[in-house]
Amino acid sequence: MKFHDLKNRTAKPTGKSESLYTFRFILVCLFLILCAAGLLLRMVDLNVIQRKFLLKEGNARAIRVMKLPAYRGMVLDRNGVPLAISTPVKSIWVNPHLFKAKSWQWQHLAKYLHYSEAQLKQLIHENHKRYFFYLKRNLDPSLAAKIKALSIPGLFLQKDYKRFYPQGSSLAAIIGFTNVDDQGQSGLELAYNKWLRGISGKERVVRDRIGNVIARLGILRKPQPGHNLQLSIDYRIQYLAFHSLKQEVDHSKAKSGTIIVLNSQTGEILAMASYPSYNPNLLHKSDDPNYRNRTVTDVFEPGSTVKAFTVVNALDSGKYTPTTKVNTNPGWLRFGKDYIHDSGHVNNGILTVRGILQKSSNIGVTKLTLSLPPDSLWQVFHKVGFGRLSSIGFPGESPGVLIHHRIWRPVTLATLSYGYGLSTTTLQLAHAYMVLAEDGIWRPVSLLKLNHIPEGKRILHKHVCSEVLNMLESVVERGGTAPRASIPGYWVAGKTGTVRMVGPHGYELNHHIGTFVGVAPVTRPRLVVVVEIRDPRKGSYYGGLVAAPVFAKVMAGALRILNVAPDRPRKTGGPHA
Amino acid sequence: MWFFIGQFLSDIMQSINSYIHRAQAKKSTTAYRSTWQRLHIDFFLFTSVLAVITMGLFILYSAANQNMHIVEKQLLRFLIAFFIMLIAAQIPPQRFRQWTPVIYFLGLMLLAAVLAIGVVSQGAERWLDLGVVKFQPSEIMKIAVPMALAWYFKDRQLPPSFKDVVIAGLIIIVPALLVAKQPDLGTALMISISGACVLLLTGLNWRWIGGSLLALVASTPVLWHFMHNYQRQRVLTFINPARDPLGTGYHIIQSKVAIGSGGVLGKGWLNGTQSHLNFLPAHATDFIFAVCGEELGLIGSTVLIVLYLFILYRCIYISLKAQDTYTRLLAGGLALTFFVSFYINIGMVTGIFPVVGIPLPLISYGGTSIMTLLTAFGILMSIHTHRKLNTK
Repeated sequence: MKFHDLKNRTAKPTGKSESLYTFRFILVCLFLILCAAGLLLRMVDLNVIQRKFLLKEGNARAIRVMKLPAYRGMVLDRNGVPLAISTPVKSIWVNPHLFKAKSWQWQHLAKYLHYSEAQLKQLIHENHKRYFFYLKRNLDPSLAAKIKALSIPGLFLQKDYKRFYPQGSSLAAIIGFTNVDDQGQSGLELAYNKWLRGISGKERVVRDRIGNVIARLGILRKPQPGHNLQLSIDYRIQYLAFHSLKQEVDHSKAKSGTIIVLNSQTGEILAMASYPSYNPNLLHKSDDPNYRNRTVTDVFEPGSTVKAFTVVNALDSGKYTPTTKVNTNPGWLRFGKDYIHDSGHVNNGILTVRGILQKSSNIGVTKLTLSLPPDSLWQVFHKVGFGRLSSIGFPGESPGVLIHHRIWRPVTLATLSYGYGLSTTTLQLAHAYMVLAEDGIWRPVSLLKLNHIPEGKRILHKHVCSEVLNMLESVVERGGTAPRASIPGYWVAGKTGTVRMVGPHGYELNHHIGTFVGVAPVTRPRLVVVVEIRDPRKGSYYGGLVAAPVFAKVMAGALRILNVAPDRPRKTGGPHA
Repeated sequence: MWFFIGQFLSDIMQSINSYIHRAQAKKSTTAYRSTWQRLHIDFFLFTSVLAVITMGLFILYSAANQNMHIVEKQLLRFLIAFFIMLIAAQIPPQRFRQWTPVIYFLGLMLLAAVLAIGVVSQGAERWLDLGVVKFQPSEIMKIAVPMALAWYFKDRQLPPSFKDVVIAGLIIIVPALLVAKQPDLGTALMISISGACVLLLTGLNWRWIGGSLLALVASTPVLWHFMHNYQRQRVLTFINPARDPLGTGYHIIQSKVAIGSGGVLGKGWLNGTQSHLNFLPAHATDFIFAVCGEELGLIGSTVLIVLYLFILYRCIYISLKAQDTYTRLLAGGLALTFFVSFYINIGMVTGIFPVVGIPLPLISYGGTSIMTLLTAFGILMSIHTHRKLNTK
């Protein structure tokens, strides 16, 4: 069209400068057409040829995959009482580059977050180079709504879940806790994190440059809620056990204490407590010694409580019967420069095997063990689970120490027979007594509720176990070491243990661990309870005095809670008589 | 001064008179003139400009995130600018010719005043605060420089002699340098280009054209030395946009992404993501073409470019039909200046040219360039519609 006009124009007779001007114009127009064609080509280049790449680039700027938090499964007790629940909360994050608050907004925000205005300004100033930081995690949704209503630019809310532990400190060490990202950090929360946590979802969203979600394009993956975890714990028994333990530890000004209530028929742990504890809903410190579950992490020398198994070993050999007489004169034994005494340096004279257990004679059990093949005691200890990890898979569990018999020295064998020179956890001790209660059948212990009783494995002779259990009854009778462990209405078999604690310079004179292990009802054992009180500073430190009362209280309560029929009529008389 | 105002008023009166007179003469005389011509409006130029402006307002509405307030402000500017255009169209070209030296020197003085007492905005002194309105004198020079050149060459022998070219060069360089000092590289470039366009149309010797181009290339290191740091950054970024994708390269990468993601049909009006989600910087001003490319696609962009080309065609046509050297050079110069402004803007947005702050004519949000541009169209209309009246 331009050319047409130009031609018309040039056809007219004009002056020299006119034609030159026109010629120049044609050139200029040609140039312009080339330029315009260049522009259009460029448009085609961008819009058609490079489109795929540029579209991808564009989407890469605007489209984001966002995480949808998944609901973490609940932790329940065996009857369905919630022990850990996830509740929806909001987290507030800030992009300091966009954050602009007016003075009244500063004021309100500081008030809601419990900061002073200066602190808040300082906090935002400290992070002014970042594009994302959490101002506050896990806020109450109603408070978050108020903060949202302030509509401060550069302040955003994010949905999160926070763990809540309705039962507080009584189970804290067992269940553990999660971090702000809802991931298990200790205890069962850590051990079963995969099972509990679920799979977070993914959603495609369009976001603008400052991070606001403009449109939701669709859910790529729905968040899958985690599974619930049902524990073997019976919360009623747990509560009783924890508070009885707490009372005793506080009363005796002890350093710590542990308690385990085990269902001996199934291996389920009905209560497991450690004191001092902490409030899992208010975690302040990142590390606290009370965070650990002492029942499985802390070891101690079991002392006299293992004498039951020394006697089992003796009866199992066939060389001894409960009435075989053993001479413990003159009340001490010498191994090179080491001496062994009976408790209180008493000379017990000639004792039956039953008597050895009742009086808890160190010399008696040593003589029993030394008359038998050296490895037989190790075999029994090993079979009932000392020195081995249990099957509960608790994080930080300690296997304890049981030195192999090949490197035993004679004095080792002697001390082992009355419970020194090996270390166990509270759980291992309970587990070992469970074998005794089940007449020699070993089953794994479990912190999870079981649907069927696991297959047992016979590791000890039935008659031996029932005989030892029968002997242990005398411990809680008048004349035994722990009459305070007796429970009206039930036959109780048990054993005390009092050991010196090991300090930096060997055994401490004034620091003890008092323990008591017991089984009830003896006619048809249902429960094994172990109480361990570490370093009581006030009153007595003997297991029979410090741990046995806790045992009696918890065992009696647990039997009542579980509706276990009393097996001991008013008239006294042995159940096995 | 009063003399000029008097002349101006008499021109307007004459224009109105002639309209009434022609309306009476319409029945008897053979020379038929349409209503448009009697109003001194060029129909094709007027309608095509209106079309681009209408399209531009729609694009602006989207680019401004559907903020009607911004569109209304822009519309108000257009109404004022149209009024100025219509007034400019009433003034006969010879009056412009008479006023040319006055306008040019007044513009120079204003530029000097800006450097002395200008208002600093975004790191550059460009504005003169007149109390009521802020005013950008560099914009006047976009018209004043072609006018001055056309005035200088109107009675001289063409193609021009060496001496004439040197003087013409001074006419261009002095205001360009003053503007560059502000610093406003974009406008300085536009002023130089508008002057160069007129020079080109005077039939400048090819050797000189080639020579000055070579001189320009040769003087690049010197120019580089005088450039501001941000200007150097832009040039480096133009050569390699990936050099600093989060800094100076960001604009151009984002605008290319926006245009390219539009495809042939575009994402649809109001549906662009890059601009609406603030990924595209300056999306209502210098980079508004990217919004058009993203939302209206290749088709919409082509329509816009074709409309621009039609306006250009009409301007060149007016220049060709002009009957004396002054009007012809002025019309040609203004036409080419218009072309260069939209060409450089689109070239910049699509990544052909480095980033220079030149708005997209008739579409970018902002006042001053619209006023200048529509005044220029008014002058073109005046040149065209006063043609036959002058030469009976």
